[in-house]
Amino acid sequence: MDFLNALVLLTNFIFVPALNYGSQLALGAIGVTLIYGVLRFANFAYGDLMAFGTMVVILITWKLQSIGIHLGPLPTALIALPFGIIAAILISLILDKVVFEYYRIKKSPPVTLIVVSLGVMFVLNGIIRIIIGTADRKFFDGQKFLMKAKQFKEITGLNEGLAIKSTQLLTIVVTIICALLLFWFLDKTKTGKSMRAYSNNEDLALLSGIDPNRVVMITWIIAATLATIAGTLYGLDKSFKPFTYFNNLLPIFAATIVGGIGNPIGAFFGGFVVAFAEISLTYAYKKFFIYILPESMEPTGLVQLLSIDYKFAVSFSILIIVLIFRPNGIFKGKVI
Amino acid sequence: MRENKEVIISFLIMGLLIISVGLFQSWAIALSILNLCLISSVMAIGVNISWGYAGIINFGVMGFIALGGLAAVVISEEPIYEAWSAGGLGILISIALITLLVFLVRLILKKLAKSNKRNILISLLIIFFIFLIRKIAGPSMEAIESINPATQGFLGGLGLPIILSWFVGGIFAALVAFVVGKIALGLRSDYLAIATLLISGIIITFVKHEDWLSRGVKNVIGMKRPAPYEIDLQESDWFINLVAGINSSKLNLISDITEKNQLLRDLVISASSVFVKLCFAGLFSVVVITLLILAQKALYSPWGRMMRAIRDNEEAAQAMGKNVVKQHLYIFIIGSSIIGLGGAMLVTYDGLFTPVSYQPLRYTFLIWIMVLVGGSGNNYGSILGGFLIWFIWIEAAPVAMFLINIFTFNLNETHELKKHLIEGVPYFRYTMMGIGLLFLMRYKPKGLLPEKIKLLKS
Repeated sequence: MDFLNALVLLTNFIFVPALNYGSQLALGAIGVTLIYGVLRFANFAYGDLMAFGTMVVILITWKLQSIGIHLGPLPTALIALPFGIIAAILISLILDKVVFEYYRIKKSPPVTLIVVSLGVMFVLNGIIRIIIGTADRKFFDGQKFLMKAKQFKEITGLNEGLAIKSTQLLTIVVTIICALLLFWFLDKTKTGKSMRAYSNNEDLALLSGIDPNRVVMITWIIAATLATIAGTLYGLDKSFKPFTYFNNLLPIFAATIVGGIGNPIGAFFGGFVVAFAEISLTYAYKKFFIYILPESMEPTGLVQLLSIDYKFAVSFSILIIVLIFRPNGIFKGKVI
Repeated sequence: MRENKEVIISFLIMGLLIISVGLFQSWAIALSILNLCLISSVMAIGVNISWGYAGIINFGVMGFIALGGLAAVVISEEPIYEAWSAGGLGILISIALITLLVFLVRLILKKLAKSNKRNILISLLIIFFIFLIRKIAGPSMEAIESINPATQGFLGGLGLPIILSWFVGGIFAALVAFVVGKIALGLRSDYLAIATLLISGIIITFVKHEDWLSRGVKNVIGMKRPAPYEIDLQESDWFINLVAGINSSKLNLISDITEKNQLLRDLVISASSVFVKLCFAGLFSVVVITLLILAQKALYSPWGRMMRAIRDNEEAAQAMGKNVVKQHLYIFIIGSSIIGLGGAMLVTYDGLFTPVSYQPLRYTFLIWIMVLVGGSGNNYGSILGGFLIWFIWIEAAPVAMFLINIFTFNLNETHELKKHLIEGVPYFRYTMMGIGLLFLMRYKPKGLLPEKIKLLKS
């Protein structure tokens, strides 16, 4: 019984939250990695692209809510999501045409492109703040919990509860669907193969008649779609605040590099590695040990490796460790 | 002389801009813009040294600025003896343990061959030490933080003059830059950008949450100043006489004695704030000019030529027998320590240390824009960029307000769109900055004052 309690405890406080947070990171990291693989630069404006798509979703959600359209137990934002995706795709394609294309044709060094993406970041940042402001926005509606801790205790008769929020399940399911679709697309379809070829060897791909503009366009479409989905899921789960979205870019970068930059499967797992590390290293295991150890060996302290304040620092440290020991990431990076 | 024409003209224009703020808004505003322009220039020179001279991308600016700020706290605050006796010992032991850990890890890295066993040993050692340190430092930290938490709750500093912290800030930044450089400098440029950005995030987390050291999010306020305080000035006779002397013609026009005194008092109050800012401006100018001279000397010395050679062709420089890795590390440390100096100056000028305010947009990327706009590799350019970008950053809001009023002149004051736009005025500067940077990268990628390389005439 104690063992079961300990297990439920870990599931409730580490496994479920980490799976949820990891999914959000994974989606973002796949987007960053795709842009890196095809366009060959680290896009610092990605966090703000997430925020932009999410902002559109929020605005439409509010409109829908005000005219009384709801999706029952599911959040209304799901109806608004396609519009947000379209807006994010449009702005990405416009930005590519107006800004990035010039440097791609000129074959500028990656540093120039990073600086240019900083410029885009500032522009989007300003636009988002002007349109929706800097305050915390909540746009979740529908049923909040799939299972409350109390219900779980009543059903199983255990001491520890297990709460599952509907957003958590939604996040995990959507992420898995997106990832599977994407991997199938990259692996099996002709377009996906042409993307991989382009990422692997640009000149050879051009020689075999792959249209670079098409590849670039599809990359932006996928990246913008993933950004909006990840941003919306994060916003539903926590709340929307432009500043948080920029900050989330940092663990996403960490996940990308940990998984091997340019490698989507790596990025997917990188997200979970970062999330599990962040949560499991900052969790206080006192209660867990009380359950599994005999009474005489019970710990007195919190048995917490790092205080919760250092959550972000953990993911950054993982990145640094990976950079030192496996600069190409856990999964070898460089090509899609 | 002709070569310098651009520099002189652009600085004259900059000076006129600031003077016009003084004439149209107020001299206190103009001077505070000037002071922050000077501080920004210091930071921009720091970035320029690593980026412009050697092509090392350092996105950790924010972290080094915060370290400089921390130095200001540690140097200038009065020591709190109660806190020291409550938890000082625990903290000192923990610091000793951290040093021991570093040495042990270095020893293992040296003695044992590369293997999984070694990695496991090191990670176990680190985990063990973290638990040990938390065990020892935890109660001490709590003890320190519980002493008078509203105003103290930290160890305090050394109680030395705050100007010393400008050097110490540089040293703090240099020490951390050494570690960061050792870890990250071998990476490719885009990895390095991300790595330094994330490391600066770690530094900020540390400063924000180690309350025993920096009071964390509770902020340190009312710090010492190298300049006189307004209130003291307003009560000292020489200052009142000085103000009366300058404004004698204005004062003589008024015959009523109480009115005259009232006017004099108002004049003294506004003059005191201007005077204090002038003192700061003098100090900061000395720093900027000294730095500029040193940086220019270095740039045109054999060392500077070597750095440019390394930047432009690493392999060739290596073939000529230059130790690229070592030189990269040196220049990264030098650049970072100048940024740290700037950070200490900033906290000195503000008189407060607020860890929450350190955000990458303002403290990393804005400084980078300064360097890029000014012209990478050109120190005059960095200073110009520091001035211009800070000026735009501050004056963007009034300009945006003006533009909004022009474009929405036919809308009612209470119109939703107009109200919304006016609420968003502070954020127009982000968009303006971004658009400015994009135009610059496209049409003048070398910046306003491009790098000039003196050719040796044979």
